Amino acid sequence: MANIEIDEVSGTPTTGHEWDGIKELDTPMPRWWVWTFYACILFSVIWWVLFPSWPTLSDHWKGVIKTTDRTELVDDLAVRETERARWVEKFSALSVTEIAQDNELLNYAMAGGKVIFADNCAPCHGSQGSGSTNYPVLADDDWLWGGSLEEIETTVRFGIRANHEETRTSEMPVFGADYLTKEQIADVAEYVLSFSKRAEDKAAEERGEEVFATDCASCHGEHGEGGRDFGAPKLNDGIWLYGGERADIVRQITTPHLSVMPTWAARLDDVSIKQVAIYVHSLGGGE
Amino acid sequence: MTSASLAHSATPDAPNYYDDLIKLFVIAAAFWGLAGFLAGDYIAWQLAFPALNLDLEWTTFGRLRPLHTSAVIFAFGGNILLGSSFYVVQRTCRASLFGGAGLGTFIFWGYQAFIVLAATGYLLGISQGKEYAEPEWYVDLWLTIVWVAYLVAFAGTIIKRKEPHIYVANWFYLAFIITIAMLHLVNNASVPVSLSGTKSYIVWAGVQDAMTQWWYGHNAVGFFLTAGFLGMMYYFVPKQADRPVYSYRLSVIHFWALSFLYIWAGPHHLHYTALPDWVQTLGMTFSVMLWMPSWGGMINGLMTLSGAWHKLRTDPVLRFMVASVGFYGMSTFEGPLMSVKVVNSLSHYTDWTIGHVHSGALGWNALISFGVLYFLVPKLWKRERLYSLRLVNMHFWISTIGIVLYITAMWVSGIMQGLMWRTYDSLGFLQYSFIETVEAMHPYYIIRAIGGLLFVIGALIMIYNLYKTAKGDLRDEAPMGANTAPLAAR
Repeated sequence: MANIEIDEVSGTPTTGHEWDGIKELDTPMPRWWVWTFYACILFSVIWWVLFPSWPTLSDHWKGVIKTTDRTELVDDLAVRETERARWVEKFSALSVTEIAQDNELLNYAMAGGKVIFADNCAPCHGSQGSGSTNYPVLADDDWLWGGSLEEIETTVRFGIRANHEETRTSEMPVFGADYLTKEQIADVAEYVLSFSKRAEDKAAEERGEEVFATDCASCHGEHGEGGRDFGAPKLNDGIWLYGGERADIVRQITTPHLSVMPTWAARLDDVSIKQVAIYVHSLGGGE
Repeated sequence: MTSASLAHSATPDAPNYYDDLIKLFVIAAAFWGLAGFLAGDYIAWQLAFPALNLDLEWTTFGRLRPLHTSAVIFAFGGNILLGSSFYVVQRTCRASLFGGAGLGTFIFWGYQAFIVLAATGYLLGISQGKEYAEPEWYVDLWLTIVWVAYLVAFAGTIIKRKEPHIYVANWFYLAFIITIAMLHLVNNASVPVSLSGTKSYIVWAGVQDAMTQWWYGHNAVGFFLTAGFLGMMYYFVPKQADRPVYSYRLSVIHFWALSFLYIWAGPHHLHYTALPDWVQTLGMTFSVMLWMPSWGGMINGLMTLSGAWHKLRTDPVLRFMVASVGFYGMSTFEGPLMSVKVVNSLSHYTDWTIGHVHSGALGWNALISFGVLYFLVPKLWKRERLYSLRLVNMHFWISTIGIVLYITAMWVSGIMQGLMWRTYDSLGFLQYSFIETVEAMHPYYIIRAIGGLLFVIGALIMIYNLYKTAKGDLRDEAPMGANTAPLAAR
């Protein structure tokens, strides 16, 4: 049946079969291929002996070197913990102000704080605290709840309007819910705009001043200078948390938007909170 | 031509081959290929410019990504595999297709229905959340029916063959059909919530589900994209080169070694996870042992050209096939390398993996498919030759440059990403935040998307060329190689 021929190009015989005009040469397997294949098998056998590999009836072969992903992780973490121990001890014992006065500790806090900030805070507050609408800028000196090291630490630890009994909280009333009329809200918005020299209607501004004195000044200050006890934003500068156009201001008075910041005590340890507070303080506006 | 005596002895008693059926598969492959490449390039631009998600649930990356992977693997790859396997099995068995045109037509339209059912599901958010096995239970059941019909037609043709031996291409096609059936059934074992709803729950749980999924996922690569395509390689390369296969012995050994070893390699997708260490060790070592069996196919493909290398100068179709075998060799070296745990700890979850997959998918699977389409269209439509070899050559260079841009961008971006994730500063803190790694990758995402665009343009050139060929047009052009080597023309 077989019809063996000799290929003129290679001088190799064919196997004698043919399919749709295709023939096969009977070339031996390349030696280097065979030996590399054997070497890979040998490598695998050695690996099986050294490391956890084949299952047995009730367990599995543990390997001559009794190392697993788990033991490697535990070892790595132990090394890291030893390295960090002296820092953790100091950071736990000292207050943020004391830490910031020690150059070596400050340096360590800044390095750690940068990483913690980038992974946890930057999604809302922007990298380097550049902020965006609804999320305050952290790189300026316009603080809602205070910009000292301790005040920032408290804000980070407990959050704002968050699920923690010590959280910072305040609630701007819904003035649009039959408390102020639409006209009154328009007037008070006109007055608020006058702080930044943008008022257009003198009469409305004057009517608005009265409303402001009764309903707004207690938190936002007589001249819109803000009130940190309530996290009430300044209204007399160019920084607007929820937008500074007339329509934004009217909307905020009518149905206020109230931002929430989570409590980080639940997610970050004490040392990390202190580090990130020091880092935020350094971004530009720390007091 | 010194080898002429060995090639193409006529087969006088050729039976009636069902070639109209194969035309359908060829058209479908070209259509789905273009759709899949377009979807892929669009999501590549989405990664560089997220606004392209368009804020619509149907066009988000999460839904278009499985649309892309399924379109290129199962729709483009699947149609070319089914079509070419029917072409090859009939000719190498000297037998007409078992079940005839009726069964063949059912398989064709049944398979297209599977593709449409799967794709519409993705866009509507119907997915069982398993990579490369996203279609829900009703689509899985339908595919099972079509696949059994496919197995019957293919195996039936082998059984009624008039050749004494089964040609090597058919071993690979058969391994592909049987193993995919097994993988599909086990990985998709699920219980529908109700017979009138789309949702189902997989019967596997936890790490066993993960292991089953990657046993499936890796062997989809191993048997769909490797064994099946090696079947194509074993027929079309010797045909196009007009040379005998280099080594029969190598083909036997590497076939069985590949089939035996591939099925164990899945755990390397789950290194450093909850998967027990011993399973990871086995997954890694079987991947390393798989290196040479994979390369057996490359050696047989490339060495089949000995005595015919000069044809590369004048035959851009052969160039597609040879380049594809080269990319196959490269990515089957890279694969075992990436399965080694220390390498994997750097490469896993990074763009390096994406680059690796595409050096295989674009370089190997797509290039050989293009070669096969260029081979088949003139034969099936009974034309003297292709409309234009110059356009084939242009397609070859545009798509090859596209692939090189794609994979080098992903190598650089992936290795950079992996290194950034693990860099510590002198005080023991991570040097980079996640968002900084994303920023650093942005330029490479653009390069990758440009590479993909070149690939799409290449495919459009091919479709134009194939359309003109089928129509019967011949482009008036200087023959390939005429300006450099006038004597080498065939």
